[in-house]
Amino acid sequence: MATVQVSEAEKVYILHGIRDDLRVDGRSCEDYRHMEVETDVVSNTDGSAKVTLGHTAVLVGVKAEIGKPKPMIPNEGYLEFFVDCSANATPEFEGRGGEELGTELSNTLYKVFNNQHSLDLRSLCISPGEHCWVLYVDVLLLQCDGNLYDAISVAIKAALFNTKIPRVHISSDDGGGKEIELSDDPYDRMRLDVENVPCIVTLCKIGHRQVVDATLQEKACSVASLIISVTHKGIITCTRKVGRGSLDPESICEMTEAGKRVGKALHSPLMKLLQQEESLGKKRQKVGFLG
Amino acid sequence: MAGLELLTDQGYRLDGRKATELRKVQARMGVFAQADGSAYLEQGNTKALAVVYGPHEMRGSRSRALHDRAVINCQYSMATFSTAERKRRPHGDRKSTEMSLHLKQTFEAAVMTQLFPRSQIDIYVKILQSDGGNYSVCVNAATLAVIDAGIPMRDYVCACTVGFVDETPLADLCYAEESGGVSSLALALLPRGGQIALVQMDARLHQDHLETLIEAAMTACKGVSKVLDEVVRQHLQEASVLSRE
Repeated sequence: MATVQVSEAEKVYILHGIRDDLRVDGRSCEDYRHMEVETDVVSNTDGSAKVTLGHTAVLVGVKAEIGKPKPMIPNEGYLEFFVDCSANATPEFEGRGGEELGTELSNTLYKVFNNQHSLDLRSLCISPGEHCWVLYVDVLLLQCDGNLYDAISVAIKAALFNTKIPRVHISSDDGGGKEIELSDDPYDRMRLDVENVPCIVTLCKIGHRQVVDATLQEKACSVASLIISVTHKGIITCTRKVGRGSLDPESICEMTEAGKRVGKALHSPLMKLLQQEESLGKKRQKVGFLG
Repeated sequence: MAGLELLTDQGYRLDGRKATELRKVQARMGVFAQADGSAYLEQGNTKALAVVYGPHEMRGSRSRALHDRAVINCQYSMATFSTAERKRRPHGDRKSTEMSLHLKQTFEAAVMTQLFPRSQIDIYVKILQSDGGNYSVCVNAATLAVIDAGIPMRDYVCACTVGFVDETPLADLCYAEESGGVSSLALALLPRGGQIALVQMDARLHQDHLETLIEAAMTACKGVSKVLDEVVRQHLQEASVLSRE
């Protein structure tokens, strides 16, 4: 992350403010910063989304390719994640500097998204044991200002919603083998059902209270954070504790409850926005970075 | 070359442009608030993001600092989803390293590095979508980013890739033209003085055609510089209107 130096006096100031449910930028402890979501920003991909959360900017591209299914699960497709912490975010990520953070992020994403409960992986199967769709989800971090997990999960959900996979027709050719034909029609596409895709909520413990969507400054004052992935029904699919400090079991319960509340409330506005954007169709003016 | 007609008899190219026409250039400066300077530039379907940090103290080895001027450090990388075939490594491969060195050479010619001895200027360029002319789009985006960072330069640096087909130079090649076996030349120009910062070509071309090709490239670059100038003035106007209020 971009390094932020916070003095002791600033830390005390932030701590006291949070104790009274007032953060430095005026938000309450469970408020998110201004979030902007836009899909279909990169045309070379099968689905893409750009999310700006305060100063954090994330771009996700999804490419679908035909591959061989995993030997243990022959009738399901799968997702492959790659997180690129680009040097744009901070000069420390130049060269191989961003690899550590990138690997950590992508490992968590595998746990959260690559399972049958989040996405119907069986719909990605073409012919069991031989061919399946592999979705390569590439996350590009453009600016880091805290709360990467939340921004990335919202972007992934939006990108998967936007993904259009060509329909496949299997025919048997003369030699007895299978021939795969991809539909050329740009409107004949398969869409993914993203109802159950969870969103990740990061809760930072600062003092005795937990805070949602912490900026880098607030992160510097916290001891530890809890990452929770919540579906739209309020079901928790994955929990992880990150940070150098230790957490009390009661705080973990409290944070989990808060995370469930916040996460559940995040899904419906997001789906509404995505459906609204989709309904504009061709009339939508693509803004991307030019706006 | 046979196959796709890169230039029809009426003088139209694959995407309907004429031989000397450039693709549509759209740009915006100051895209990211955290960096010292940033810019986003689209040239046709090629999209690039450039970010500048600096001038700041030397990072890493102090011994590499130069006593009389600043060190310019460039990194060129492509997003994994930028090309039609998914790229496995965003940077670190030979092509990206070569591009980074070219960018470094280009900007060392333009940026007034003698004003910042013992310091470092970082220029990071990311290609979000690749459709030909990657080097040129990077240079144009990076120029805007350096101007946004307020680092003094001798002149705008404008670049363009040109190719030679059927005795005609084609300005601003797209990916289909570049991979169609056209001899392409990339040129970076400082337009006001007409100074060339970088020329690169690795294809076979008859010596007699070289001068026409370079002339065509310089004209195309001057066209790009007009657009970049517009963008900078527009940005300045917006910024001054905001600060006045």
